[in-house]
Amino acid sequence: MSATRQLSPVAKLEQKTVVDLILKGKRIDDRGANDYRPTTITLGIIDKASGSAQVHLGKTKVVAGVKVEKGTPFPDTPDDGILTVNSEFVPLASPTFESGPPDENSIELARVVDRGIRESKAIDLKKLCIESGKKVFMVFVDIYVLDHDGNLIDAAAMAALGALVNAKMHDFDVKNGELRLKDAIIPLPLQNYPVSITTTKIDSTTVIDPCLEEEQVMTCRLTVTTDKNDNICAMQKGGLGVFTPDEIKQIVSTSIGKARDIRAKILASVT
Amino acid sequence: MGGQKKTAQLIDSNGLRVDGRRIDELRPIKLEVGVLDKADGSAYIEHGKNKILAAVYGPREAHPKHIALADRAVVRCRYHMAPFSTDERKSPAPSRRELELSKVIRESLEPSIMSEYFPRATIDIFIEVLQADAGTRCAGITSAALALADAGIPMKELVAGCAAGKIEGKVVLDLSDIEDKQGEADLPVALMARSNVVSLLQMDGSLTPDEFNQAFEMATDACRKIYEMQREALKTKYHIVRDVEEKNEIVEAKA
Repeated sequence: MSATRQLSPVAKLEQKTVVDLILKGKRIDDRGANDYRPTTITLGIIDKASGSAQVHLGKTKVVAGVKVEKGTPFPDTPDDGILTVNSEFVPLASPTFESGPPDENSIELARVVDRGIRESKAIDLKKLCIESGKKVFMVFVDIYVLDHDGNLIDAAAMAALGALVNAKMHDFDVKNGELRLKDAIIPLPLQNYPVSITTTKIDSTTVIDPCLEEEQVMTCRLTVTTDKNDNICAMQKGGLGVFTPDEIKQIVSTSIGKARDIRAKILASVT
Repeated sequence: MGGQKKTAQLIDSNGLRVDGRRIDELRPIKLEVGVLDKADGSAYIEHGKNKILAAVYGPREAHPKHIALADRAVVRCRYHMAPFSTDERKSPAPSRRELELSKVIRESLEPSIMSEYFPRATIDIFIEVLQADAGTRCAGITSAALALADAGIPMKELVAGCAAGKIEGKVVLDLSDIEDKQGEADLPVALMARSNVVSLLQMDGSLTPDEFNQAFEMATDACRKIYEMQREALKTKYHIVRDVEEKNEIVEAKA
């Protein structure tokens, strides 16, 4: 069952410091309210994967790997390839992560990243059909959190997109229902680039890209995923607090602008 | 969104939807409070073809003990769909979707619950979807808020949920099953109406910022309407309170 989480004793002690700073318009790591932490994206770090990317977002580290395999389509979408997003909060990333089946936070993260990719139609799934109703390509995106210093959703979404941009597959054609892989290597059929921006509310102030200390004292967070046309394709509110309608509208418009910067950065890292 | 192929025209030439509603019209909603005998609080909602039961147990002793918090009650929530609630049988094992929804539903109700009154206890919320017809998380929240009130749990106020979305390029309120599967966007919202704050907000699909604002207004307006229905449902169950209220009105009228 989903249950209220306990705040660590250290976080409780730090709570006052973080909140006091925020109320003075400062942040624990000296950033402005709308400053993103330094971000680096490295593509193709895992040779065995079809595509991979590592993201450093401040001290947060996330790796995503893409594998492309053959499989059977879902009955209600016989002509579409399949996208699956999974995430692992591996125990080496944080003292609060435990081994075992994914908990609700890991599932939430994977599903929010999945929605961004799926709803922006980032992958042209029609182009991954081999034989209608029988055989399609399946794209597995596996997200590995390696170091948790806050804002895992944004880092994971960025790594997932990076890995998809990096992913390659064999060109193929189909004759009499038989799949023939050609020698030529082609990129995945991408047509959109969703980017997530997470904003947290601490006391009555909102700040972008929370670090772990801020995340632990936040009342709530809002993730807004936008595509290359500045349309919103996914949103998720989390945490035990509430937003006013004005805060939500403000966050949406800030997120669109920030997402443009990040998108440009990811696309620049390809070339 | 559902990604299903379009099989039907979702808005006709008169601007009416498949079930005859206008674009800003809610489906019929029926609310009933105190429907289960053993639960400390319970409520039943029919929202369109959704049929959902919510039950609350607690505050009760935390079990296992180690989950207890020293400064407030642990709020736990389980959202679950019955195997027979959908077109195709759903496995009774909790899916990833149900686990995520349990979390966001809990986070939508918890801001209202005054859990600090019950340290070391748990408040358990169970939502069982008996029949699903799109918008189950919102209807689940609406009913669970009533069940919490029925259990006598101190709350800042009620929480009401409703979704808006987009079909055939138009922003519409409260998607039905077919609209959800063939539509272009879904925006579930939960609102604490008196203080006008949002405790649940999710979105999937594609909306321009303007469409988002429009859908958001539509959904929050509907939440306010549902909030009034929730109040009526509570008054119907606790009619003694209503009697007192009416008497007071009579006294006021005389004075």
